[in-house]
Amino acid sequence: MTLHHLLLGRLDLHALPFWTMIEHPTHETIVNGTITTAAAGLEVLAAIVVIALVTRAGKWRYLWSEWLTSVDHKRIGIMYIALSFVMMSRALIEAALMRTQQAFGLGGGFLSPEHFGELFSTHGTIMIFFMAMPFLTGVINFAMPLQIGTRDVSFPVMNSVSLGLTTAGAMMIVISLALGKFSTGGWSGYPPFTEAAFNAGVGPDYWIWAVTLSSLGTMMSGINFAVTIYKRRAPGMTFMRMPLFTWTALCTAILMIFAMPPLTVATAMLALDRYLDFHFFTNGSGGNMMNYANLFWLFGHPEVYILILPAFGVYSEIFSTFSGKLLYGYTSLVLATMAIAVISFAVWLHHFFTMGQNASVNAAFGIATMLVGIPTGVKIYDWILTMFRGRVRFTVPIVYGLGFMMLFVLGGLSGILLANPTLDYQVHNTLFLVAHFHNMLIPGLLFGMLAAYHYWFPKAFGFRLDERWGMISAVSWIVGFMLAFFPLYVIGAMGFPRRTVAYFDPVYRPWMLIALAGAAVVLVALASLFVQLFVSIRRREALAVPAGDPWDGSNLEWAIAAPAPEYNFSVIPDVSDRNPFMIAKQKGDAYQTPAEFQDITMPKNSPLGMALAVAGGALAFGLVWHIWWLVALSCLGVLVAIVGQGFARDCEKVIPAAEVRRQHEAWLRTVAASRAVPRDLEGEPANTGLAARDRFSQAAE
Amino acid sequence: MPTFRRRPHIGRRAIGTGLLAALALSAGSGPAAAEGLSFLDPQGPVAAAQRDHFYAVILLMLVVVVPVLIFTPLVAWRYRYRNHGARYAPDWKFSWPLEALIWGVPVAVVVVLSVWIWQETHDLDPYAPLAADKSLRVEVIGYDWKWLFVYPDLHIATMGVLGFPSDRSLDIRLTSASVMQSFFIPALGSQIYAMAGMRTKLHLKANRPGTFLGENTQYNGKGFHDQKFRARAMTARGFTDWVKQVRAKGVPLDAKAYDVVRAKGGLTDVRRAVAGGSMPPGTVYFTDVSADLLANVMHQFNGGASSSEVIVSERSPANDTALRSDAGHAASATGEPPAREE
Repeated sequence: MTLHHLLLGRLDLHALPFWTMIEHPTHETIVNGTITTAAAGLEVLAAIVVIALVTRAGKWRYLWSEWLTSVDHKRIGIMYIALSFVMMSRALIEAALMRTQQAFGLGGGFLSPEHFGELFSTHGTIMIFFMAMPFLTGVINFAMPLQIGTRDVSFPVMNSVSLGLTTAGAMMIVISLALGKFSTGGWSGYPPFTEAAFNAGVGPDYWIWAVTLSSLGTMMSGINFAVTIYKRRAPGMTFMRMPLFTWTALCTAILMIFAMPPLTVATAMLALDRYLDFHFFTNGSGGNMMNYANLFWLFGHPEVYILILPAFGVYSEIFSTFSGKLLYGYTSLVLATMAIAVISFAVWLHHFFTMGQNASVNAAFGIATMLVGIPTGVKIYDWILTMFRGRVRFTVPIVYGLGFMMLFVLGGLSGILLANPTLDYQVHNTLFLVAHFHNMLIPGLLFGMLAAYHYWFPKAFGFRLDERWGMISAVSWIVGFMLAFFPLYVIGAMGFPRRTVAYFDPVYRPWMLIALAGAAVVLVALASLFVQLFVSIRRREALAVPAGDPWDGSNLEWAIAAPAPEYNFSVIPDVSDRNPFMIAKQKGDAYQTPAEFQDITMPKNSPLGMALAVAGGALAFGLVWHIWWLVALSCLGVLVAIVGQGFARDCEKVIPAAEVRRQHEAWLRTVAASRAVPRDLEGEPANTGLAARDRFSQAAE
Repeated sequence: MPTFRRRPHIGRRAIGTGLLAALALSAGSGPAAAEGLSFLDPQGPVAAAQRDHFYAVILLMLVVVVPVLIFTPLVAWRYRYRNHGARYAPDWKFSWPLEALIWGVPVAVVVVLSVWIWQETHDLDPYAPLAADKSLRVEVIGYDWKWLFVYPDLHIATMGVLGFPSDRSLDIRLTSASVMQSFFIPALGSQIYAMAGMRTKLHLKANRPGTFLGENTQYNGKGFHDQKFRARAMTARGFTDWVKQVRAKGVPLDAKAYDVVRAKGGLTDVRRAVAGGSMPPGTVYFTDVSADLLANVMHQFNGGASSSEVIVSERSPANDTALRSDAGHAASATGEPPAREE
């Protein structure tokens, strides 16, 4: 063992993205090397710019004490969503690159097969684990405690640790662009392809540790959410009085607790195969990759519902709010949500109908899969009936919602097709499947999360998001999605396998060109989101809603100032029915000064999340590159951080009653000074967060 | 069109035959324009049944989908904020008759679909033999990044082309000598995984002579996109002639040739290495092929033959027993009772 190996493991100059093209300059290595180098350069540049800007503004201390070490569920939620936006940007650009490759892939294209393999693997891994999961975890983190009337989650420090581990996992993928190569085994990382015998490089290791860190973080989030909902609901908020978003958060949390461990186990077993020569999933010596397929999808299918259920909760909130009407079929929706959560554990085999099980096994899982369609269909109709006899305002969230419903049923249709083993034999592993799951995840999950972002943003920052740019973005998402993915259904039904870098039959090409146009529109949608954020920050005075209720909401989160105070509620509310804030407004007893204020005890900041993020990230990096001293050191770091946390005694701070009173009264003065706006002025600067009672006057007419 | 169907399907004709025809027509002008590419332009009985099933499921699902597509925009527009003529009932939140309808219709649809699924999945089970005719045995072995088609009864093997007579069904056994792959001829029927150390089965048939796209759909590395072949259905006579040609032009699959086959690389690499200049473009022909090749490749991963021994034929009654128990292993691994063997 040389000194180099001792210090840097297998990390050397070949890990640099431009090294191959310098050593072996061919057309292929130069094109692909340039693309990767440019992307990595962009990443490094962005990091330098961010560091420089923070330093110039002198904001390091602020960043550390107000954000990075914060255990406030709202701040953690916002950081999750920020992470999600960053990762989404990268994965979307990768998607556009793949669309471009396939549009010109007749007989070759410009990307090498390995480069294309890395692209679809990072795209999928990021979109699932580092876009979708942080987004929904962030939204739940932000909104759920507000909805149930509590001041924080049950385990605030663990919440920060969850964020830290997820971020460390995301960093593995970020680093893999600049150092070494990522896996080409797809987001599902099927062995034996990802075993050392076939892929000895660092790629699968990057994937394993990124996913492992994320799965640990997510499982902890699940525990945190479930315990919070079980134990910290405001007095009087029985289960059947919880807002529907909270219900979906509970089901998601339960799914996280039970579905993430199989993934952690699967990646750990694969790691044992790769690092310690075990034979769980190898070809020979008694290994069997079927066990991996079962473990992975035992996670993977409930995961699909982890992704979709919070979005269903968001749609339930917004259809009710923006229709100015009670949610239709609350009980029905709760039952449907629970049914989906339970059935989701009984369908995993439909991901490999083609593995050779007998017909009865396949048929049983096919039928179980279709059962999920029933409660899902019911939900769609419940939302239509929520709009029925309402007064629907076409705001950005509603546009996402309407787009979602009409596109999601088409995805449901293709899902039912795929649930038929007989038809799955034809379209499995083709672009038809790719079109199907994008059809579920983009209109389902992503539209839902973007609607949630638009809906709760004012509560987080005190001002609304710009409607015009939001509308441009929403319409671009809808149109871009349709252009990008409907052609893939056609190509898939023509037998085009997924993950194909190039093809030889010109019949596919026109469809690929349409899909490329769709990708371009989706990029416009993404850019519009950033423009919207920028414009909104600039117009924040005009968009401010300090009174806190910009949409005439029904639930507790709208009964407080915007931005929400650190402790959420001056006094923990008493709940006597569903839609407590709407009822209070109806009775005219909203915006009251409580009889007495009390001192509020809140958890203090903790550096544990950051410590574990750094140590966990370093551990993963050391494992990927076989830098064993770093592995040992970071293991020690993890141990010290966790044991050290046990000795932390001064973990709470007290916000004096007088201060709470001062803030509360200041807010009430703002409310008193606000003009109550009717709903047709909702998008205007006049809307400062106080809703006029036109809803009830209308109904009375 | 001589469509082969093993069982008339319940309720098929009941659902708008006209619409079905319209869908089929639009499919014919679109996806299935290139011949032998898609099950929407089926060339065999399995794919034809799959296409029928595909359209039947779509039609039935329209019962649930169409109302959503109609009512979503309709309701949203009718009850828009500015439409003061529409009734406003902010506290209306439940109705038993509607509840029965929105749960009842999806349940009814799923009940029908479940019956279909059960029947179709058993009818089109890729493991079930297609007809009582004398089928042609073919053993398919997946390598990186090409397929080897072994004809154990003819002692020949081919690459790049899977030739067979259109009047006989194909009785295919598959395994992989590398990572998992998925064998697929869309115009004929189902795909099935090929996995190392295990054996899967597939039965297909063509309606008439023709050439169809064949491929691997499971990503297995950089040559994946190139792992295509042609499935060529021929007349009985044409097939006999083709076998003669393979025998005449093929090279023996000896240890040296086998090293080329199992090395990572595409079909063109094999062609170059075995000097297949006299063989038709895009094909490689082998002769003197062991009838035990597939079994030996499987044994390799189960503590059996080393890679240099797999080409050796040692078929004896004892070996046959070994093969059988091996299939039982694969069978139990795939969750099917060993009794299904034969």
